[in-house]
Amino acid sequence: MTYPLRADLAGDADLSALAVDREARPALSPHLKRLEAEAIHIMREVAAEFAKPVMLYSIGKDSSVMLHLARKAFFPSKPPFPLMHVDTTWKFREMISFRDETAKALDWELIVHVNEEGVARGVDPFRSGSAVHTQVMKTEGLKQALDRWGFDAAFGGARRDEEKSRAKERIFSHRTASHAWDPRNQRPELWRVFNTRIGPGESMRVFPLSNWTELDVWQYIAAEGIPVVPLYFAAERPVVKRNGALIMVDDERMPLDPGEQPELRRVRFRTLGCYPLTGAIRSDATTLDDIVAELLASKVSERQGRVIDQDEQSSMERKKREGYF
Amino acid sequence: MAVLSLARAADAHAADLLPADRGLLRFITCGSVDDGKSTLIGRLLFETHAVFDDQLVALEADSRRVGTTGDDIDFALLVDGLEQEREQGITIDVAHRYFSTPRRSFIVADTPGHEQYTRNMATGASNAELAIILVDARKGLLTQTRRHSLIAALMGIRHIVVAINKIDLVGYDEARFRTLTADYARLAEGLGFASIAPIPLSARFGDNVSTASAATPWYEGPTLLGHLETVDVEETGVRTGFRFPVQWVNRPDQSFRGFSGTVAGGTIAVGDAVVTAVSGHQSRIARIVTFDGDLERASAGDAVTLVLADEIDVPRGDVLVTPRERPSVASRLSADIVWMGEDLAVAGRSYLLKIGTRTVPARISAIDHTLDVETLGITPAVSLGLNAIGQVEIETLVPIAFDAYADNRATGAFILIDRFTHATVAAGLAREARGATNVHRHGFDVDRDARAALKRQRPLAIWLTGLPGSGKSTIANLLERKLHALGRHTAVLDGDSLRQGLNADLGFDAAARAENVRRAAEVARLMVDAGLIVICAFVSPFRDDRANARARFADGDFLEVFVDAPLEVCAERDPKGLYAGAREGRIATFTGVGQAYEPPLSPDVHLDAAGAEAHALAEQLLAVVERRITGAAGNSEDSAAL
Repeated sequence: MTYPLRADLAGDADLSALAVDREARPALSPHLKRLEAEAIHIMREVAAEFAKPVMLYSIGKDSSVMLHLARKAFFPSKPPFPLMHVDTTWKFREMISFRDETAKALDWELIVHVNEEGVARGVDPFRSGSAVHTQVMKTEGLKQALDRWGFDAAFGGARRDEEKSRAKERIFSHRTASHAWDPRNQRPELWRVFNTRIGPGESMRVFPLSNWTELDVWQYIAAEGIPVVPLYFAAERPVVKRNGALIMVDDERMPLDPGEQPELRRVRFRTLGCYPLTGAIRSDATTLDDIVAELLASKVSERQGRVIDQDEQSSMERKKREGYF
Repeated sequence: MAVLSLARAADAHAADLLPADRGLLRFITCGSVDDGKSTLIGRLLFETHAVFDDQLVALEADSRRVGTTGDDIDFALLVDGLEQEREQGITIDVAHRYFSTPRRSFIVADTPGHEQYTRNMATGASNAELAIILVDARKGLLTQTRRHSLIAALMGIRHIVVAINKIDLVGYDEARFRTLTADYARLAEGLGFASIAPIPLSARFGDNVSTASAATPWYEGPTLLGHLETVDVEETGVRTGFRFPVQWVNRPDQSFRGFSGTVAGGTIAVGDAVVTAVSGHQSRIARIVTFDGDLERASAGDAVTLVLADEIDVPRGDVLVTPRERPSVASRLSADIVWMGEDLAVAGRSYLLKIGTRTVPARISAIDHTLDVETLGITPAVSLGLNAIGQVEIETLVPIAFDAYADNRATGAFILIDRFTHATVAAGLAREARGATNVHRHGFDVDRDARAALKRQRPLAIWLTGLPGSGKSTIANLLERKLHALGRHTAVLDGDSLRQGLNADLGFDAAARAENVRRAAEVARLMVDAGLIVICAFVSPFRDDRANARARFADGDFLEVFVDAPLEVCAERDPKGLYAGAREGRIATFTGVGQAYEPPLSPDVHLDAAGAEAHALAEQLLAVVERRITGAAGNSEDSAAL
């Protein structure tokens, strides 16, 4: 994987889907240009006003865009904060290798945090259930990591169009010393004048992609030639059907029911997370253009493949109040 | 459910949904509780295919469970995101929604109508170009309609849609529509809107939302969506020259020094002359740097990094402008504010003011008047409560650069932040400078760092605070002797000596004490600018006053030293006989007896003045001071350090 260092954006040999000539890429539309400038402004504001920021790297498409924007925001300096991945130990293997290659290619400090207590307790998505697994490995893991390194601001790639309760989140979202989000007590966010003040132990979650839609993200990836995990593109992959979702058998830890046999299907992923909790979609989309076309014709939402959102009514809001991103 | 299949049957080709130009319109919806805002947005999302099948399935289930529309889909549930709202049936916060049509992309801020949440409407309006004001056809115009129109106008929104909703419930009555349209025209008189479009509609049944309704044949105007797609909001309203608030000083290594930020008005090109608005340094643009290569010019909205031809210091918060089109630079200004705090706004209280990338201590020095939303009239006021709109005078601790909000939203908008809770308590819109307006500082070539370099020291203000008799003057004297012996250039400012000269006109009440500290800090700052190490010994009993003193200095130039001795020890020592005088009632406002002393919560140095001799304390302090003043003169990145 090669990363373009600046203006000389070259095609990428390893990811055939991205091997688009620079000339062939569409220019940034005024709309994307505006979103890009807004995200850059937000990132610089954080770098200037917080003592110890960190960028949460979830390895997904939104994170890929966020990393790219951070490189733009501080150029020719390097982004003045590390990347951090809260690893649940159940991510797709391709995500982990992509993560490590990305950090290496960009020469960017990467902190990987695993909730070892959770591992010791044997928490996993099959025996513990998705709700407990997410709570312990993701939410608790994130809080542990933020506390351990004393970060006072954490960038996340969440977009407001993803989910109802996220639509009401601020760009600068205040967290109490115990990482709680109080949706009834949010600071009004006026113009682009962000109130970055926090008390001792408190922190801020910052969402530079708040105003981006899923379509914006893919169009930006195409326009800028940003590498993404190959799982987003259709390929033959071994899957089993569970509760209506196509789950990829990514390693031998996946318990199969008696008689259950993984089948090779041509699938891709619209969002990425823990492999046992992420449903694949049947697709022939092997290029970015295919993905955009598929997206425009799609009748289901992006988070539909996420098992954790459907656990219970308002599950996302509850998770967010507890400190989930 | 019939409605669903009908809309889905109208599915456009995928390619048609990709906006051709992706021009963007940001708008807000506002109205009273139950006017049907959320329903209208839900309807717009549904009719522009921004709702997916799985969301519709969830919506149908929700509608049956908690809906208020019988067997029909309750579109409001799509939008009312938070749990509590679904249960209470009201929107309590701003929600952002995204949809697009072949002609345009839209960002909607759904803002609450409930009176106590007016701050959210101002929030939504601050980033919007158009407002949809909902009016329930049965109820007509309400106080809220007037308030929302006023806020929209105040916040700089120039385009209004008057959505006369629930037209089905008045039998699609044309006369009713005409009456409300005329009512609104009267209400909006003098608010300066560029366009007002009244549209009769039913959000629940979709009349005139995206398709013209057969039930209103008397209405010949566009549908709501048709209007939103075509309304021209191009006129940006920026009437200032080039503005570039410096956001982040970009220094990857010694060879590169750039200033990163977003252009907030006008355009700039390589070679153009620029000046720092606050500090007055002049230079030219050498490069306009971006990740995608250098640019020849940059204009409003571009996030870039500027490299100047000369090595001048431009701290975050200063504004690069062109020399001939300067903003106001002042520390007194009049402004409109929308009050959002739980506590009343009263003259005299201290806040943090953030404008552009600059944050400075400020206070509301006077409340001129409040605006009555019923009459749009002006009433004198001494305080402003939650949701009040008023005109005030603001005093900032140091001068700030700004434009009138009417001339430039980006450089005329500010917020006030509570210094203790950190809540955003006001949205502010600058009007004009008061007092000395056309004073533009000249940037002198021999600066603080140059003067200090000649003295081979780093200047520093050492601020000793503590009760009378705690030993401040004694320690100051000993410390200066030690520094002097080491060849340092020093000065001492002492409360008593200042009160005999510069501050002879001041008494001892809280306001006079604040002014005493302000003058002392300002003199100390001038001395630090001269390259000196200044030892200041002042009781300075109030935290706010000391915070204001610190705020006059760059980061690292101010050392707060708490000379901590218990009251009994000080009273026992009583070197000037003051405690005795206070006890006998001869001195009315004496700190420690008649007036409180607020000890520093986190001083830079804490001296236990009861537990050690003055010589030992001075040695202890000297060790800290020596570390600060040796080495190269420090580089202050933000002179408004807080």
